[in-house]
Amino acid sequence: MFESLQQYEAQMWESIRETFVMVGVSIGAAVLLGLPLGTLLYFTRKGQLYENRSLSALLNAVVNVVRSFPFLLLVVALIPFTRLLVGTAIGTMAATVPLSIVAIAYYSRLVEQSLLEVPRGTLEAARAMGASRTALIFKFLYVEARSGLVLGLTASTISFISFSTVMGVVGGGGVGDFAIRYGYQRFETEVMVYAIVVMIVLVQLIQFTGSTVARLLDKR
Amino acid sequence: MLTLQEVSKSFTQREGSYQAVRGVSLSVEAGSIHGIIGASGAGKSTLLRLMNLLERPDEGMVLLEGRPLTELTELELRRERQKMGMIFQQFNLVANATVSRNVAIPLELSGYPRKERRDRVMECLQFVGLEDKAGQYPARLSGGQRQRVAIARALANGPKLLLCDEPTSALDPATTADILGVLRHINSSLGVTVVIVTHEMDVVRSICSHVSVMEEGRIVDSFSRREEDFLPPAGHSGSYREQITGKAGGVYV
Repeated sequence: MFESLQQYEAQMWESIRETFVMVGVSIGAAVLLGLPLGTLLYFTRKGQLYENRSLSALLNAVVNVVRSFPFLLLVVALIPFTRLLVGTAIGTMAATVPLSIVAIAYYSRLVEQSLLEVPRGTLEAARAMGASRTALIFKFLYVEARSGLVLGLTASTISFISFSTVMGVVGGGGVGDFAIRYGYQRFETEVMVYAIVVMIVLVQLIQFTGSTVARLLDKR
Repeated sequence: MLTLQEVSKSFTQREGSYQAVRGVSLSVEAGSIHGIIGASGAGKSTLLRLMNLLERPDEGMVLLEGRPLTELTELELRRERQKMGMIFQQFNLVANATVSRNVAIPLELSGYPRKERRDRVMECLQFVGLEDKAGQYPARLSGGQRQRVAIARALANGPKLLLCDEPTSALDPATTADILGVLRHINSSLGVTVVIVTHEMDVVRSICSHVSVMEEGRIVDSFSRREEDFLPPAGHSGSYREQITGKAGGVYV
């Protein structure tokens, strides 16, 4: 019964590696660019410290457009940009581009929400003791919001895994693509079930880790 | 120590503009404990925030030891703020940081010598009697203990002036007396000038040497009192001045 699994073992491992590359790059983009973008969304909101209506409207429009795009269409629409960035529009590295764009937009929203939960009084105390903007962000805002930021990143990572399953359309590979091509299209049901189980285990592990870290970080 | 000259501040709301502070002039004497009392919505907290420019006045000047804060650059203002402490009704500690870390933050901000920070933190915690709580998180402390940590944090950089926004309004009477004792001690032993905004008559009665009464954005009465001033029983009749000093006079609001 497990013959087919043995037969495709190499492809299976390769697909897992591809998923890790795609999701890993997305997480990196979310943290490096989504976190600052979310912080900017938060600060420019009405009534916040650096309220700026036009910048806020612009950033919100961009984030909303990216988030409302049907994902496959975004992948296709971004092909010229992807080609510009990585030199090709197909393959795993090319697939990381649209995934990262979505990751940045998605995580920035969750960052904004987490930061909104930080009590205003904490930031007022920071300003009263003469904190610079950088100190206010890193010594107060992120410290108080850290468990929310971790939970947001966990939820985002799980979404990125889901998004990554359709990257087969541009040759991105990954576990989802493996399940479709070998399991569904070749009628190897065990292969498909196996791939799905791998995904479920992966998501459970990520959620468990994220929740645990968030809980340990939360001293409130 | 601190002088406000004709400061005004209004806020824009949906229904239009609302004037919280209307042309207030006020002098806080060095070494005093200056109480600002009034009903809620009188503009007391806004007035206090004008003193360290958490709110910028629309008009008027704020002078700290003769230096106009209103004309400083952002960087200079941050340096001045590091020499003023501030405590709040809700304490406003960093909940995800330990007690000692909370006290260390202002030292990092002011560039206090790294090697001496730990000693300074312990010194401040000893002053408020919480050296044994250094490693705890604020959530494990009582309200009174949290306010003590906030006081230690405010004292870390050795301020000349301590601004207190309703510092005891979230505390029970016994703890209130306790915290007022700490504030009096800071004033007498460290020589720190204290400004207290409160709506609690007992706070003013028990520790303030100077009192300003605020009503609808204006200071309507100002007086100083001495130790020998008669302390009348707590009551809610007469002007603020009568209730605080036991002497007739003042403005009925």
